[in-house]
Amino acid sequence: MFKKLKRAALGASVPHEKATAAMQTVKMPVPGKVVLPMQQHIGEPCTPVVKKGDTVLVGTLVGKANGAVSANIYSGVSGTVSAIETVRASSGAMVPAVVITPDGNQTVDSAVKAPVVTDKASFLAAVQDCGLVGLGGAGFPTAVKLNVPSGVDTVVINAAECEPYLAADTREMLENGDSILAGIRAVMKYLAIKNCVVGIENNKPECIETMTRLLKAEAGVTVKTLPSRYPQGAEKVLIEKTTGREVPQGGLPSDVGVVVLNVTTVSVIGKFLATGMPLTTKRVTVAGDAVQNPQNVEVIIGTPANEVLAFCGLKQDVPVAKLISGGPMMGVALPDFEHPVVKQTNGLLALSAKAAAKPDMGPCIRCGRCIDACPLGLAPVQIAGAFNKKDVEALNKLCVDLCMMCGTCSYVCPAKRPVTQVMSLAKNFAKKEAQK
Amino acid sequence: MENRLVVTASPHIVDNSSTRKLMGNVVLALLPCVIASALIFGARALLVIGVTTAACVGFEYLYTRLMKKPNPVGDLSAVITGIILALNLPVSIPLWIAIVGAFISIVIAKQLFGGIGFNFVNPALVGRIVLFTGFAPRMTTWTYPAKSQEVLTSIDAVASATPLQAVDANGTSLLSQYPLMDLFLGVHGGVLGETCALAILIGFVWLLVTRTISAAIPVTYLATVAVISALVGEPVLAQLLSGGLLFGAVFMATDYVTSPFTLKGKIVFGLGLGIITCGIRFWGNMAEGVSYAILFMNLLVPYINDLTRQKPLGAKKKGASKA
Repeated sequence: MFKKLKRAALGASVPHEKATAAMQTVKMPVPGKVVLPMQQHIGEPCTPVVKKGDTVLVGTLVGKANGAVSANIYSGVSGTVSAIETVRASSGAMVPAVVITPDGNQTVDSAVKAPVVTDKASFLAAVQDCGLVGLGGAGFPTAVKLNVPSGVDTVVINAAECEPYLAADTREMLENGDSILAGIRAVMKYLAIKNCVVGIENNKPECIETMTRLLKAEAGVTVKTLPSRYPQGAEKVLIEKTTGREVPQGGLPSDVGVVVLNVTTVSVIGKFLATGMPLTTKRVTVAGDAVQNPQNVEVIIGTPANEVLAFCGLKQDVPVAKLISGGPMMGVALPDFEHPVVKQTNGLLALSAKAAAKPDMGPCIRCGRCIDACPLGLAPVQIAGAFNKKDVEALNKLCVDLCMMCGTCSYVCPAKRPVTQVMSLAKNFAKKEAQK
Repeated sequence: MENRLVVTASPHIVDNSSTRKLMGNVVLALLPCVIASALIFGARALLVIGVTTAACVGFEYLYTRLMKKPNPVGDLSAVITGIILALNLPVSIPLWIAIVGAFISIVIAKQLFGGIGFNFVNPALVGRIVLFTGFAPRMTTWTYPAKSQEVLTSIDAVASATPLQAVDANGTSLLSQYPLMDLFLGVHGGVLGETCALAILIGFVWLLVTRTISAAIPVTYLATVAVISALVGEPVLAQLLSGGLLFGAVFMATDYVTSPFTLKGKIVFGLGLGIITCGIRFWGNMAEGVSYAILFMNLLVPYINDLTRQKPLGAKKKGASKA
């Protein structure tokens, strides 16, 4: 009751649509073409270190990390570099991309061997060599994230997978529990972190059961069941739900002694330490009402979306109206079918015109549902009002900078207004004004 | 795969709620009151409700047509205003007065301020108050169910009145002697919709079950009135069941635009309503205080909203974020 007085933070009861959660991951064959954009992470784009005509193998470095916040990009196929061209990243920015024509042999580069890790520095170097980024969707370079200050005592494993449709993390937990365990052990050991909490939404009882069984003997590791209210997997929400700590405004999880890792990310750490094979494949949930056989597909990173969709089959009579990379709440609508699967891609949703249609918007009736739903306790309706008046002071008082564009306010709005977009505009406006 | 793709900002899905559905739920919640009013006051109640509602919808349509604004009639909010306004009128009201009320509610209180979402006071409430002020005698010409005549005679009330107004020869309130069951079922004088507590409570349950409104405002409002009544020695149940309190608490104080957003705000709003209502009922020179309490608190809503904001997750303390 008192907590509700402080902040309702109800979230949204989104449909689950996780029909593929029970399906074993299917490995997709080597595609006809691989396109590796040099930006598959937050931060500086990579520099291509191959040129047209070069031969590459599985695990060959093709894009070298640039600057402090960046992550290496490796080839997932053996073959020949056919072009270095400019493509549009899902962020909209134009970035260089290495295009490879696979030879189908999948010869592994001799440079791929298990790393020797003895301490924090060598561990972070290994993670950097893995080319690992946050696989939940954000794509923040993991090596940078794991370089935590000394006060961090808890690693939170994000296994909420709160987006509808997506089941990539679910399958990781059910299929690769041992890698997850190895990854958690490594992170706790080399970063000297004593506690670990794995947060899983209660709509995945099999995952909760599997992870609890797997982790019960581990000292300091617990599994926390979360309610199925979107967005449990939002970093700040997850930290509050699993540890009770509030990340301060403008701060980082490490300010409250926490580092958050997606469950597939930590699993890739486990795998890399054992094999030395960098991040070159990704499990993608392919779903949507235009897809013939929705399933979880292990895809070589760089495979164009149309090849993945062709592998799963598109319904003859249902044309695709919208193609989403990621989940329906925060995913990005792709402008073309050639867009490649990148490191952060965890879903490809092909929706029909009917499923993609949105109702017309009406005037705001000031019902306050956006306020009740906002997982961070913001007041979208008031923020929209302040933004209309271009009132920067009011926007700052309303903490518009905290908004993480989770989409909950738009989802629950009965007037069907694009509340999240207004929040985004307001946030950017306040940021620009602050820089003046 | 040659077809063109739709590219829009996320989220790509929305829930199936709509303004029309929310308003439709309120209309459904009002139906028990409509039926009860016809049973208690006779078929003319339905005529009054029908004419008032039609007038509200008509004015909304005509005004927006004249102003070349999109036609908002489909959102059903004018239907609600019509029914609520009608339920605030006595059954004997001349129909032209009801139509004047509809004009004031829809055109003056609602559309002139920008239509749905922009009116700063409850439109039906403004209609009611203007009619009560401007047409006082006709608005208080009560028609009594046969049962209430007997009751009024049996408790020696000096004049025909609503239970809240019933006094004996010395001017002492007779509310405490009024049979509670009659108050609960609404067989007494009053405006169409406010008398039958049973019907109002059925509507309230429907609004809660469908999550159309939160219980916070009605519950704090009623609880505040109950506590103050008990403190000053008034009959608690009779106070809760008489006058426009229940109807106002459930249907008029919970109007989205004119009530606060947050739980904290709703509690403050309910407290204020209760205090003002009791102040008017017990110490003012009017028997009824619900309309003015809601009107007054409506005006405070923007301030309540600003003062009862939620604390965002991780937000710095007040004022610190300005820096």
